[in-house]
Amino acid sequence: MVRVEFLGPIQKEALELDIANLNELAAILQKDDELKEWLDNCAVAVNDTLVASLECELKNGDKISLLPPVCGG
Amino acid sequence: MSLYDGSLDVPKILKEWYEQEAQSNYGAYIPFVGTVRSEDGIEGLSFDIYEPILESWFAAWQKRAKEKGAIIKMAHSRGDVMLHESSYIAAVFSPKRRVALEFIDEFVEDFKASAPIWKYDLIDGQRVYAKDRSTAIQGSGILGEKQ
Repeated sequence: MVRVEFLGPIQKEALELDIANLNELAAILQKDDELKEWLDNCAVAVNDTLVASLECELKNGDKISLLPPVCGG
Repeated sequence: MSLYDGSLDVPKILKEWYEQEAQSNYGAYIPFVGTVRSEDGIEGLSFDIYEPILESWFAAWQKRAKEKGAIIKMAHSRGDVMLHESSYIAAVFSPKRRVALEFIDEFVEDFKASAPIWKYDLIDGQRVYAKDRSTAIQGSGILGEKQ
């Protein structure tokens, strides 16, 4: 199982999913109407490291974070 | 890097940083202080921070600064910060002024574009995500259908 966390303004509880890679995650999240507006502008981190592509294998216990657009300061 | 609940005590933080480096032989200390302005009827701002990635982002900048003989310090607020209070201070110390002047510019710009911090306007006591002023982190969108 991997844990998927939604950060900042995305009002959604974390998910526990049985998936092997980020392509599977994309397919699942794209079916979620409340997430659709976020997916096109969210960055993705696996175990707190930002990733640039979906070619990322996942293992049991991994943490995936979705980071919507930022504005510090 | 220091994170605080609520607004920053600007004189205290600037003084602390000054005193920490007073004997370090830096010729330049260039701070940037961000203050919450009154506009569009807001009562203040509020912030969420994702600390693990903020820390690694900051560490990468500190490494870049060190290569030029400089150091960066940063303080930011969590939660609510009201009008005319400060939510963000950054500063660069360097042996000569040019490095610090250039670093503070690049650092603050990248901070705005990359640091995992989310800003909300406080309106009628409610938090409203500052979507229009926010920037998608580089590499965003890989989970979307447009890929």
